[in-house]
Amino acid sequence: MSHATGLEYLRKEALPLMWCSGCGNGITLGAMLRAFEELRYKKNEVVVVSGIGCWGKADDYIMTNALHTTHGRALTYATGVKAANPELHVVVLMGDGDGATIGGNHLIHAARRNMDLTAIIVNNFNYGMTGGQFSATTPAASITSTSIAGNPERGFDICGLAEAAGANYVARETVANGAMLKKRIVEALGKKGFSLVEVISPCTTLFGPRNKMKQPIDMIRWMKEKGVPRAKYEQLANAEADGYFVTGKLVDKDYPDFCASYESMRSRINVRAGGK
Amino acid sequence: MTSTSRLIQGNEAIALGAFYAGARFYAGYPITPSTEIAEICSRELPKLGGTFMQMEDELASMGAIIGASLTGVKSFTATSGPGFSLMQENLGMATMGEVPLVVIDIQRSGPSTGLATKPSQSDFMQLRWGRHGDQTVIAICPSSVRECFEMTVKAFNLSEQFRTPVIVAPDEIVGHMRENYAVPAPGELPVCDRIKPSGPADGYKPFNFEGDKVAPLASYGSEYIFHITSSMHGEDGFSNNDPQNAARRVAQLHKKIEEHRGDIVMTKSYDVEDCDILVVATGAVARTARAAAAEARKKGLKVGVLQLITIWPFPDVEIIKAVEGARKVVVAEMNYSGQLAGEVVKALGPQVNLKKVNSFNGQIITPADILKEFD
Ligand SMILES: Cc1ncc(C[n+]2csc(CCOP(=O)(O)OP(=O)(O)O)c2C)c(N)n1
Repeated sequence: MSHATGLEYLRKEALPLMWCSGCGNGITLGAMLRAFEELRYKKNEVVVVSGIGCWGKADDYIMTNALHTTHGRALTYATGVKAANPELHVVVLMGDGDGATIGGNHLIHAARRNMDLTAIIVNNFNYGMTGGQFSATTPAASITSTSIAGNPERGFDICGLAEAAGANYVARETVANGAMLKKRIVEALGKKGFSLVEVISPCTTLFGPRNKMKQPIDMIRWMKEKGVPRAKYEQLANAEADGYFVTGKLVDKDYPDFCASYESMRSRINVRAGGK
Repeated sequence: MTSTSRLIQGNEAIALGAFYAGARFYAGYPITPSTEIAEICSRELPKLGGTFMQMEDELASMGAIIGASLTGVKSFTATSGPGFSLMQENLGMATMGEVPLVVIDIQRSGPSTGLATKPSQSDFMQLRWGRHGDQTVIAICPSSVRECFEMTVKAFNLSEQFRTPVIVAPDEIVGHMRENYAVPAPGELPVCDRIKPSGPADGYKPFNFEGDKVAPLASYGSEYIFHITSSMHGEDGFSNNDPQNAARRVAQLHKKIEEHRGDIVMTKSYDVEDCDILVVATGAVARTARAAAAEARKKGLKVGVLQLITIWPFPDVEIIKAVEGARKVVVAEMNYSGQLAGEVVKALGPQVNLKKVNSFNGQIITPADILKEFD
């Protein structure tokens, strides 16, 4: 079997990528475009909806339909696209600031509504685009440009939030394993209902160097060491305190998605109207 | 087939007007005094093959209707003061992305939560300037149930013709008033649809406008593939930082409206030809003004009324024309600061003999309030 390259979806004239060397956005973009190819998506049937941030700029490199929106609101635009045309494959690209901080409420409700969207949240633990301030996923005590003596707030678990809010599919992977990441994106895209892939990714210019990971490779080593499957995580004595996190498929359900529920409601309304 | 007339509420007429215009997607968040529109949409849109969504807030509502509109479905939302404030950022995105849609803002009293159920006319400046960045907008202010219906249809038409958001902003009195109205039969009022591309799908450019025209807009899912962005963009829809491109694009966003003001600006005049005193008003207050003018005419005073239907672009040319021969202008509006009066002064010059009649306590202006200014 020949391997997917995703090249047909890549806007080559926009290269080179704008991201810093060592940034995980390129790997994530590659994984996503390969996933499109594996699923044989037609470019005109895909709408990539992106927020604002470094990862939110990914649409500049993509040849499908795209909608580059406002900071934190990408899921709301995507919800409108999908509800108005359920045939489309709608993929939503957000950073941790975009998707889980300013846009946290929309994440909760897109998952609760079980909109048939695939959210790809690149979590680099800080606001890359604006110079590395802390976000809602920055771990406590981490150094950022607005927490020079250590973050006084706690970071929170995006996947846990999505699960609690009712997502049909949730997975977390790191950019240290691009092939696995692509596999998860394929699974997420194939799932009806709300799916979310959290991508743990290095910010090699801002977050890493400020937190004792001077070189890009240091962050890759860190995520390889700390990202472990659920079974291993549960065996570790002090997993959370020691900074471990679970990777892999975390949720896989088949609750009816919004569009399906809406259609059954529509038939109830029509029956009532007809019965009058 | 003409339907018989029945008592219809302003808000209901807006919803029915939207359906008549072809709107099939509504996303909103409940807020008095606009909620009836959402409730009607929740019941009726599913039957029409459309979709109603109750979103988590007004930011989401605006985002959703932009997304829906880009699939080729005419889309709208309705709100009031606090919700309209929350919509601003994404509304600006619709202007930048040139996405047709309609926003209904039933004006209520503020600031902030204010007199939440009471009328006002104090959003005029927010309608025009509520978004950051230099841009323009179309805003319409109906004053009767008939106008609620007709102006909603018109708003959708303008939004499609000019690829721009259009705001319909009746005050609460108009939104909640009931009048006899016969909904027009299909075909009686013109309905404009989006100009779609017709050339080869390859090389389609969603912002390739010519002169003062807008570029045709494809729909997501059609054979045309396209990018829309909130960032400055070139003809191809991809972000573009070239200063020349930026200047051309910002100018176009203004020009496509300014240069077609003849199609957009609507006013109604009542007895202005011979008037000594001209009353300028909009919405419910335009009706008060007409009552006051009729009363004054009985006493031999020559009073005329210019009702502003379009608020933005501001009907300055129409005001200049109507005021010819008059010795005095009275501007009546339901706000403290004289938002319309300021624009009238801008049109007529600071030396104009202008009296302001304002209410800002959640109560309508009465004919007596206006009559006082005729002496
Ligand atoms: C409403 C609004 N507030 C703030 C900003 C400024 N801003 C742009 S990107 C960004 C944060 C980006 O961080 P994240 O979403 O984590 O993405 P990353 O850049 O790290 O990929 C902020 C705060 C904005 N564009 N809009």
